[in-house]
Amino acid sequence: MRKVAIVGAGMTKFVRRALETPKELSYEAAKITLDSCGLTLEDVECIAHGTAPDAFDGLHQNGEYMVDGCGGWNKPTMRVYVGGGTGIHAVVHGWHHVASGLFDTCLVVCEEKMSSALPHAQAFFLTIFDSITERPLEPNLLWIFALEMNRYMERYGYTKEDMALVAVKNKLNGLKHPASQFTEEVTVEDVVNSEMMAYPVSRLDVSPVSDGAAALLLVSERVARRLTDKPVWIEGVGWSLDTAYWATRDLYYPRYTDTAARMAYEMAGIREPDKEIHIAEPYDPFGYKALHHMEGLQLSPRGKTVQLLHDGHFDIDGNLPMCPSGGLLGVGNPIAAAGTMKVCELFWQLRGEADGRQVPGNPRLGVAQSWGDLMQVSSVVVTGI
Amino acid sequence: MEDKIKVAGGTGLSAQDISSGKIFLTEDSLDCTYAWDTGVAVNRYLEELKKGKIIATRCRKCKRIMLPPRLFCELCFIPCPDWQYVQDSGIVNTYSICYVHWDASRIGKDEKPHLPAVIEIDGAAPGMGIMHILGEVEPQEIKIGMRVKAVWKPEAERSGSITDIKYFKPC
Amino acid sequence: MAIMERNSRNIDNRYWNPGFKAFPVKNVYTAGAAGQRFFEEIKNNSKILGSRCEKCELTYVPARIYCERCFNRLEEKNWIDVGTEGTIYSYTLLFQTQNGEPRENPAVMVAVRIADGLLIHRLGEFSAADLEIDKPVKAKFKPKEKRKGCIEDIDYFKPIK
Repeated sequence: MRKVAIVGAGMTKFVRRALETPKELSYEAAKITLDSCGLTLEDVECIAHGTAPDAFDGLHQNGEYMVDGCGGWNKPTMRVYVGGGTGIHAVVHGWHHVASGLFDTCLVVCEEKMSSALPHAQAFFLTIFDSITERPLEPNLLWIFALEMNRYMERYGYTKEDMALVAVKNKLNGLKHPASQFTEEVTVEDVVNSEMMAYPVSRLDVSPVSDGAAALLLVSERVARRLTDKPVWIEGVGWSLDTAYWATRDLYYPRYTDTAARMAYEMAGIREPDKEIHIAEPYDPFGYKALHHMEGLQLSPRGKTVQLLHDGHFDIDGNLPMCPSGGLLGVGNPIAAAGTMKVCELFWQLRGEADGRQVPGNPRLGVAQSWGDLMQVSSVVVTGI
Repeated sequence: MEDKIKVAGGTGLSAQDISSGKIFLTEDSLDCTYAWDTGVAVNRYLEELKKGKIIATRCRKCKRIMLPPRLFCELCFIPCPDWQYVQDSGIVNTYSICYVHWDASRIGKDEKPHLPAVIEIDGAAPGMGIMHILGEVEPQEIKIGMRVKAVWKPEAERSGSITDIKYFKPC
Repeated sequence: MAIMERNSRNIDNRYWNPGFKAFPVKNVYTAGAAGQRFFEEIKNNSKILGSRCEKCELTYVPARIYCERCFNRLEEKNWIDVGTEGTIYSYTLLFQTQNGEPRENPAVMVAVRIADGLLIHRLGEFSAADLEIDKPVKAKFKPKEKRKGCIEDIDYFKPIK
């Protein structure tokens, strides 16, 4: 396998409802990514793109629809889709294109326009449940997260206030992100007292519905050396899917994240991730999920994560900053684009370009992770300089 | 200094932009319905539910007694032709108290919250849960680890569906 | 058996019918950055706009905000009035409705070539002899008060006599 570098990143602002069409959002993110490293579409050899369910954008075969906005006209183009995991899975997929030696440049573009879905994007998730053994119970998407969160809290004695602290910290980080859809700080009281959706999930525990796109340019080592003196290398990739019989595995531990992370760490030569990794961008559609994933990523001992969170271990100036971008809770959650945004963040952080959110101490190694499908998939990317 | 973080596009629209008619929108609904084949294993599961029984399949290799029943073990990847009845009781592995409908609309003032739970069924392999709902219980009384038992619909009303069990109640 | 018919027996046939209205959801689509401008012009001024990429020598209809080939942004200065006339690039006769029921008279759909783009639309005010590739056609707009800023603001295309 050849070495693969990230040399450019860009994204749209994340907004509740965008004027732009899905392909126009894709174009904006892809174009600014190319501009950021001084390349044109002619320099791009292939496209790896992703969007999560077609149902959100309301465009069946949305990948094909998006293709010209992603720069895919008349180029080898391939879409991946693993629900919420798509945003980082697409980066893994782009990595394959370059690592294999088949291409020297690959533009990765992920997009989501959830505002198209009515009455609410959540409604479209009904069909992810087993159509015969679960759907007749008229489930809704929140059920599975609430069930998982409750099991996780019960297992380790975590409280709702503990979980709320993630939303508070991530939203605070997100205020410094130029693409964030939020403008206000929240407190633990705000989160805990926000409308109860499905105990133990309150409204502010949940990331918002968003529209947006994010992109990255991946290149081979030879090209990277010519383009920049600050390439960010993809040191390791991993992914894994657990069984779709979600109720038959214990929900307190994300085994899929464990497997995916170990694969990526082995490739990156990382033996003690909690000591070696400088920045973590775990997937945080819900506050508890960030902590749950930190445990799966081997970045925090099981059951001790809340203590570390309270101690400031995961703050921007802590030992292992978590979601310095603000994450999905702090920037927004256009599903596929949100995962890619996390890798964009590692790119900017490791190059020292993250302005007000910059993690101090010249961080050199970061990990980003996304999660999706029926709570069963994780995709992990380790980047370093 | 030029902003190093590259952000372009993503023009936010307000609810007012939409309601004023200034922004051009097209609406469409697929208006489609689906129906599914039950498959071999789940068909038997539904037939037994109609009789008021819960049936599982057993993996000869990992010995798991699996619910919902399946023709093959997804861990060992071997066929599982052995059927075995399990009890209609179990323990609550986790639960939620849910105040929104499937489409994110809020439940009405007089509507009781939904009580979904994962129930580990007695007789199935440890940790083998199914998703169902709880009933005859006040939300604040529900505890993880609580013992529950199925409340069945009267035989004449059963249709061969997971909803032939109305809910699980504390026992 | 008509295309939409289907066996819907119960589980005795190993077939599950959910028994409730399956999925009452809908989608709403914004016209987009380009579409907003494109349809404003149709609605207010009965004009069809294209956007021209000088580098690729292509004029997109409907107008777009970028060239898909070179990725250049197509700015205000690249947007041009392409007129309301085009030619029939291809056509099809529809003998069934969307649900598969027969139509009394077949509907005619045309792909109208304007500059380097194609608009898919209905054909109206025509005779059989008009159904010919490369036949010149012209947009017939709805009355202004009935326009909403969408492709239906053009009622149909009709042959130029």
